[in-house]
Amino acid sequence: MKSESGSLVTLAAFFAVTSLFAIGGGNAAIPEMHRYAVDIQHWLSDRQFADSFALAQLTPGPNLIIVTLIGYHVAGIPGAVVTTLAMCGPTSVLAFFVGRASQRFTGAAWHGALGRGLIPVMIGLTAASATVIVSVADYSWVAAAITLATAAIALFMRVHPLWAFAVAALLGLAGLV
Amino acid sequence: MSSPADAPAVPPAAPPPAPTAPPAVEPPRPTIAELFAVFAAISLSGFGGVLAWARRMMVERRRWFTAEQFNEAFALCAFLPGGNMVNFAVIFGTRMRGPLGAIAALAGLLGPPMILITMVGAIYAHYGDLPALRRVLTGVAAAAAGLMLATVAKMARPLFANQFKNPFKNWGAITPLIAIVTFVTIGILHWPLPLVLLVIVPLSIGVAFRNQAMRR
Repeated sequence: MKSESGSLVTLAAFFAVTSLFAIGGGNAAIPEMHRYAVDIQHWLSDRQFADSFALAQLTPGPNLIIVTLIGYHVAGIPGAVVTTLAMCGPTSVLAFFVGRASQRFTGAAWHGALGRGLIPVMIGLTAASATVIVSVADYSWVAAAITLATAAIALFMRVHPLWAFAVAALLGLAGLV
Repeated sequence: MSSPADAPAVPPAAPPPAPTAPPAVEPPRPTIAELFAVFAAISLSGFGGVLAWARRMMVERRRWFTAEQFNEAFALCAFLPGGNMVNFAVIFGTRMRGPLGAIAALAGLLGPPMILITMVGAIYAHYGDLPALRRVLTGVAAAAAGLMLATVAKMARPLFANQFKNPFKNWGAITPLIAIVTFVTIGILHWPLPLVLLVIVPLSIGVAFRNQAMRR
């Protein structure tokens, strides 16, 4: 763990910019975080990235709390704080102003077209995130079966996602994954 | 817990605001401290379904938001960049108590999970190499990837079903193509996100505007 101010500035700059392109929620930025943190900066290995994602899923809180974990890994507690603020600060300011303006603009023509234009991009980004998560995990046949079974259950049954995590964690603990 | 399944649900087309009579009594409004407490509670107990929990809390139990206000605010949050719940905390906090309310809601949403995940990170730094922990995390990541795929399928179904009926009318096939190009460039080719989005978002919004104009 290196906690130089240099890496704090790099962390802040990267997450501040990336957050503004995370269309469709924190998970939309997963591929970009992986590209930068693993492939370019070598802050984490593929395995550590996959683990961070899983730990963030298991910890209560919003999806994007994975950035806190990456920041902590790179630069300790200052890294965790700086990264979280960078990920949430710029988008919060944007949400503040858009939220106020939208009370005036609701129903305007651009409102609908803007939304419809973003939907296919959000779909593509979510699919990309799932692909990146699959590609960094140590994949076995059992893990692949868990992925497919969870997708099927979420699509066709009304089961709480927590159950899928619990079963998957138990299968892992039993040494089957 | 956060889960991919509750991330970007396709928001319904916003219905025109119905002309309702103003409510006779002033609707209840949370204090700054209540904003902090409610978002901390949502954040910490929203296992897998933050959205459902937030709706129950704000619309049904406390009646701070009507169902319409909630849907409208949440649809907006899904389209804004960044975390959906982060955006929701800002917009809800602002409408209730101005900028200070937004800060209190954000602090409630992010503070407790930040402390928790930092503790998790410290534990992982020591025990991350334990084989049992590794296997548990692999299983969880596999399940989370499955939830994301389900989200993709749910969002993509209406898009692909509607557009492929008339693929050459109104550039109909372009919208699914935009989803596929985004997926391939980001998920397979690992191109930089800002680069791809700066090209594809204006293009996609342009197509949507054009289709809207054609329908009139």
